[in-house]
Amino acid sequence: MNGGQDLGGTHGHGPVKPEPNEPVFHDEWEKRAFALTLAMGMPGGWNIDMSRFARENREPGEYLSMSYYQIWLAGLVTLLEERGLVTEKEIGAGHALAPPKPVKGILSPGDVAKVLYRGGPTERPTNTSAAFKAGDRVRTKNINPLTHTRLPRYVRGRVGTVDRVIGYHVFPDSNATGAGENPQWLYTVQFDGPELWGADGDPAIKVSVDAWEPYLDPV
Amino acid sequence: MSGHDHDHHHHDHDHSELSETQLRVRALETVLTEKGYVDPASLDLLIETYEKKVGPRNGARVVAKAWVDPAYRARLLKDATPAIAELGYAGRQGEHIVALENTPRQHNMVVCTLCSCYPWPVLGLPPVWYKSAPYRSRAVADPRGVLADFGVALPKDTEIRIWDSTAEIRYIVLPMRPAGTDGWSEDRLAELVTRDSMIGTGLAKSPKDIAK
Repeated sequence: MNGGQDLGGTHGHGPVKPEPNEPVFHDEWEKRAFALTLAMGMPGGWNIDMSRFARENREPGEYLSMSYYQIWLAGLVTLLEERGLVTEKEIGAGHALAPPKPVKGILSPGDVAKVLYRGGPTERPTNTSAAFKAGDRVRTKNINPLTHTRLPRYVRGRVGTVDRVIGYHVFPDSNATGAGENPQWLYTVQFDGPELWGADGDPAIKVSVDAWEPYLDPV
Repeated sequence: MSGHDHDHHHHDHDHSELSETQLRVRALETVLTEKGYVDPASLDLLIETYEKKVGPRNGARVVAKAWVDPAYRARLLKDATPAIAELGYAGRQGEHIVALENTPRQHNMVVCTLCSCYPWPVLGLPPVWYKSAPYRSRAVADPRGVLADFGVALPKDTEIRIWDSTAEIRYIVLPMRPAGTDGWSEDRLAELVTRDSMIGTGLAKSPKDIAK
């Protein structure tokens, strides 16, 4: 979606403000919101692309005015409500008002280290071959889906060069909607600054994105 | 809090008035705990992991080893995920890692314009600025301006390469080894490796910087 999250090249956000000796969390609630988000992945049954969509799918002004863990919290509540695991009324009451729904399992303390160490690799086996190879010129498609995509606006319809064939990976555009992993070949595609930003671009920069094959056309 | 005595709440003394967000998170945790979806002890462990165990010191060890061990450096640049796992770092948000070598000719800088993708096993959780609009908007269009915000000026003829982490590939920058560090041990070298130098918004410290 062309939402508030798609920030590359947008103006008016001001300077970057590094914070010396920044703590990992800035408040107690950030810790709990972070941990709840990670811990609910298993019982909730959603995938990372659904989580990302739940976070970005909001009014851009709201997205930009929230802190990052506020966005995580809002995304988590959306995912929970969509699945009927929690209601807004229960959050308001601060207590469960309905019996729990059956879930796949929960994250036990003994499994935390193991689950984090395993992570969630997205590479999948395939017997297909990649359509492109390193050095190939490609043009990104001009797509504007209302659903989740990982092709940012600032690189759409631009010509770049395949830098590297990464592998065969879960396709977020499908995975986010529940349509399945639908894995696709994934590439690092590099663009020259002026191709992205015209005469205003710094000619001595190159920018790359990681792009799945369905985002790309041969040139 | 669900009948559990969480010692982290003892640090709340400077927040006499709880914010709306804080109350909402507490309410949510209570509901999820009452329903049996989360075990608060698991939450404590998750927080402890990223507050105390996983952070940029991991990445600094990787960089320092690459600086002293050419064979390791070659393995890291060829396929970083297993090379990093040799040091015990792997997993969530670092399932597929690529290491990017800075040279006098090319400076690498990493961003996630769409959200906050970041190599957790080697750098920990991202700083606020990394997740915020100013960095995400400008890193891909005006990286020299962004570097200036960090007080970094690169030579004009150094090409800047920006890596927008749009997939599940996570990038770590291998900064240039500072001059004047011949014969230094890995431990000593690791002290020169800052988090920002592994994102590409900074350079490794010089021996002079840490002598101060």
